[in-house]
Amino acid sequence: MVDDIPEKEYLYKGNTACAGCSAMLALRYILKAAGPDTIIVNPACCSTVCQGSYPKSAYGVPVLNIAFAAAAAAADGIASAKRNKGKNIIVFAGDGGTVDIGIQALSGAIERNANILYVCYDNEAYSNTGMQKSGSTPYGAITTTTPTGRQDSKKDIDLIIMAHRPQYMASASAAYPKDLYAKVKKALSIEGTKFIHVQCPCPSGWRYSTEKSVELGKLAVKCGMWFLYEYENGKLTLNAPTKVALKKPAPLEDYVKPQGRFKGVNLERLHKEVDEGMSRIKGLADLETLEKAKEAAQ
Amino acid sequence: MKKMATGNQAAAFAVREADVELVAAYPITPQTEVVETIANLVETNKMKASYIRVESEHSAMAACIGASASGARAFTATSSHGLLYMHEMIHWAAGARLPIVMANINRAVGPAWNIWAEHTDSLSQRDTGWMQTYTATVQEVYDTILMSYKLAEKVYLPAMVCLDGFILSHAIQPLDITLPGDFIPPIDLPHALDTKNPMSYGNLTGPNDYFKFRRAMQDAMRNAEKESRAIEKEFAERFGRKYGPVMEYRASDADTVIVGMGTLAREAEVAVDTLRKEGMKVGSIRVRQFRPFPKLNLEGKKVIVIDRDCSFGAGGILAQEIRFHNDVPVFNVIAGIGGQDISHDVIAKLVRKAKPEGEFWLGVD
Repeated sequence: MVDDIPEKEYLYKGNTACAGCSAMLALRYILKAAGPDTIIVNPACCSTVCQGSYPKSAYGVPVLNIAFAAAAAAADGIASAKRNKGKNIIVFAGDGGTVDIGIQALSGAIERNANILYVCYDNEAYSNTGMQKSGSTPYGAITTTTPTGRQDSKKDIDLIIMAHRPQYMASASAAYPKDLYAKVKKALSIEGTKFIHVQCPCPSGWRYSTEKSVELGKLAVKCGMWFLYEYENGKLTLNAPTKVALKKPAPLEDYVKPQGRFKGVNLERLHKEVDEGMSRIKGLADLETLEKAKEAAQ
Repeated sequence: MKKMATGNQAAAFAVREADVELVAAYPITPQTEVVETIANLVETNKMKASYIRVESEHSAMAACIGASASGARAFTATSSHGLLYMHEMIHWAAGARLPIVMANINRAVGPAWNIWAEHTDSLSQRDTGWMQTYTATVQEVYDTILMSYKLAEKVYLPAMVCLDGFILSHAIQPLDITLPGDFIPPIDLPHALDTKNPMSYGNLTGPNDYFKFRRAMQDAMRNAEKESRAIEKEFAERFGRKYGPVMEYRASDADTVIVGMGTLAREAEVAVDTLRKEGMKVGSIRVRQFRPFPKLNLEGKKVIVIDRDCSFGAGGILAQEIRFHNDVPVFNVIAGIGGQDISHDVIAKLVRKAKPEGEFWLGVD
């Protein structure tokens, strides 16, 4: 046992993920936090393949595979049937299935406060179909549908989710499994819709060597390309690694260089994107500080 | 209990009496009264179901799939564009072998916008693996939904109960709200999601197993043919109302039969009486069950098929089915599309001047 994380595994050996897949690392800790009384709803994504093919399954909990755009609604259907009260209903969806084709069903589910945990594991492209650009692909990244690098900016799904005022929301990373575990635990203790956005570096799609997934995940946070935070009751709380990064970000080059997808990227423009992202998140966190200051003054 | 009710209300009352656990639906004309009635029953604690007010029909069927996959009895209702918007999930529900029941209020498909009766919406879903029944009275809507749950949960295929927009959905007729008692046994889905016996449903499947799954659907459809006869028989014995895959009217000694579905085929029965008075040996056959498609007794008869639908480039969809299953010439009338009025007078006129074979568009040809 490492800290309070159980040794029991619900993601089995023999799953068919690529070497170095950090989405499976994330799922491993999500399932450890959720335990056996859990149903996974899985839209079309890498996880469709990773669970293995019929009649086998590498996931130790029941899985309902469902069409691309349907995950949040299908999960709500399970959660709303009285017989499933008390069970953890978790959507495990990729970024394409969340920020693009699945956004309508997700929006509806949060608005209805469906009692589900929606996890978006974000490898920043349609990785399962061979790395096409998704709404989550960052500026400059080469994908098979942006062969000269993405020219415009990614969609900030977190701000869209925040506008729905979910019961709980968090941004996490597969490279910080203890933090992810704690966030899933907390989310599952709350009734209503929870959303956790997990960055999951993808060696085959991002074009780096397979042993670097955790290192790159950490670098993403350290250089301000990704944030770790929680959002509850209208308040955004930054986690320690992001607080540090916002004060003194690691060099962006360290993150970009090992990744083939950023070959030839306009670093200046990418820097601008990262700075804009950091000021957005600072703004959201500052609002809270301002409010606290106001409350203290009254 | 007897009361006056619309086709839409009858659907909602049947859902209540069938002890449905989850309803997920999105409003669309002319289906709205179904979901409004259910919402009212749920919010006034007259119905135990959870009701999800989804943001689209795609999500309506997805939510029904989720609930049904966990072993719960689920219902939705839609119409026209709503049905087409959930098309992907309609396939999914059947492929996942989930006994969901859906009411489809038949309506034309745009463009142009048209809210009136037509069968093209549900007939375009004919190859999805759903059973389909076309009803013609308010009582039949109620009875068919009850029978459909029993049938769906027996053969593990979803069932669509169709009723004509406005002509039946908004028609007020007497309705006997018969309590089904133990007619529909408690749902017991062998492939329900079970945390004590974790399985992946719908994961990647190779050609050999996938092929077997599809064959199993075809076998289930064939089995449904037998099971529905047994269910109709039991329903008649217990509740006194008799239904079959086809409803024949003065057809056994007829040399000419009018074949149709839904309310227009009931209207045809009035035309049959008129024509019989004129000395013509005419009968009618109302096709109730469209999937699985039933056997029709058409040997040696002149066959006039009235289609409230069209498969462009092939003609009436019901006529095609009849030609495929029966070696008889068919005079195919395309009528009633987009709510075109087809009264018994019009049908009688059509029969009087019907040719032995061919296609005729009412009001155009």
